[in-house]
Amino acid sequence: MPQFLEHSGTSWKGQKVKHDLSMIDKLDPRLRVILVTAFAFVTVLSENFWVLSIAAATGLVLAFLAQLNVKRTLRRVIAMDMFMIFLIILLPFTTPGEALFTVAGLSASKAGFLHAMMILLKAHAVVLSLLALVGTLSATSLGHALAHLHVPDKLVHLLLFTVRYLDVIGQEYKRMRRAMQARAFVLRTDMHTWRSIGYLIGMLLVHSLERSERIMDAMKCRGYKGQFYLFDELALGRDDYRFMALFVPFLCALVGLNFL
Amino acid sequence: MMMQSLIKVSGLSYRYPRRGLVLDKVDFHLDVGERVALTGANGAGKTTLLHLLVGLKKAKSGEIFAFGSIRKEEKSFVEVRAQAGFLFQDPDDQLFCPTVIEDVAFGPLNLGKSRAEALQIASETLASLGMAGFEERITHQLSGGEKRMITLAAVLAMEPEVLLLDEPSNALDAKARQHLIDTLKTLPQAMIIISHDADFLAQLATREVRLEEAKLVAVSNKIKEVNESESTDISAEAFKTETVHA
Repeated sequence: MPQFLEHSGTSWKGQKVKHDLSMIDKLDPRLRVILVTAFAFVTVLSENFWVLSIAAATGLVLAFLAQLNVKRTLRRVIAMDMFMIFLIILLPFTTPGEALFTVAGLSASKAGFLHAMMILLKAHAVVLSLLALVGTLSATSLGHALAHLHVPDKLVHLLLFTVRYLDVIGQEYKRMRRAMQARAFVLRTDMHTWRSIGYLIGMLLVHSLERSERIMDAMKCRGYKGQFYLFDELALGRDDYRFMALFVPFLCALVGLNFL
Repeated sequence: MMMQSLIKVSGLSYRYPRRGLVLDKVDFHLDVGERVALTGANGAGKTTLLHLLVGLKKAKSGEIFAFGSIRKEEKSFVEVRAQAGFLFQDPDDQLFCPTVIEDVAFGPLNLGKSRAEALQIASETLASLGMAGFEERITHQLSGGEKRMITLAAVLAMEPEVLLLDEPSNALDAKARQHLIDTLKTLPQAMIIISHDADFLAQLATREVRLEEAKLVAVSNKIKEVNESESTDISAEAFKTETVHA
């Protein structure tokens, strides 16, 4: 698995990655999910440069408060930037308007440049706040928080089962891949390679499907009737109310700034 | 005096679309205190038989009588599954919760226990199997032997009357395997044990039945008689000599 896809709280292997406890970790998982969602909406819908700059700064502050690992966070932010980089580069040249500068006979418009900057600010504000508030939750507590927030059961189960079985499926893949290598298989650009990789992926799907059926059977054997029980009783504490008292007015102020 | 069997099946048949008939009018019964070895070649239908007993597959014909009543449709099997603890071949299929304690408490919760009760039962069961201290461990990071013991705890936490064990000693090292045998010996439940491990069966089983060409045949009648006298040592011996010839 690529490293940048790792969850902050848990690696794909399910081990806890090193993370120093911060004040953010004391907050209720539900509160973190709700606030970061509200923050993301406010940021994405804002069209004012000041608001977006403040939002991006907030993202940075939250990342600091959560004591995110700098290297790991950079890796993830850069991974996101890779998705956007061409859009950002092309936007000034494709948007009509007052010319700002020219490169090889192509003129870059001021409007396009501003638009690109806005997208950049929005994306970083949202990603940093997400990594700080939700990324520091373990995948399991995120699942439980979503369940407590009445996200449909099916989606929550999907998340929890993915967390549990991703590694099992990953190991199955590695085992088959090694078995192929043991019989002198090397990747080439020919039909044989494509066909073999196709078989490998197909087999992985079949194995996963069969495993899911066995898991379902095993659950039925222990009396599963379509309902999961959550163990953690979540309750808002003093820290949660304090954080809310700061963050909610702040969000309102961000919204208000748009209309000044 | 006739004791009523815990599980009794008669004329049970099952057919796979491609594999054809795997069970052909099978009769079988499990009584209190018995530990029945179920043997047979790979693909003979041993696992299928266990699946039929708890209603995971539907028999084409035949009758299943379990824990006091005839079981036919899915609904009536829910009760059977609570009383017959099924240990799957691959522990990874069974351990689906992130932590051990959640997994062991899953069964009791489904049986309608409160959270506090379920947690209590779970930790007691773990302790009784010598697995105290594993509560917060991540399930898929356990070793094979540990996984096996946790799945056993998960099944025992439901306080079943019968244990259905599908190749329980698979992929266990000698020490983990002996630990499992010693643990199973202390359990009061009647068991059906699928295994290819002759020594494992010799140490545990009180009689053996074998699936051959879709028919279930008793391997030895001697063991049945010895079984009455409760002496596991002698029955194990008799069992060994019988299986050598078989």
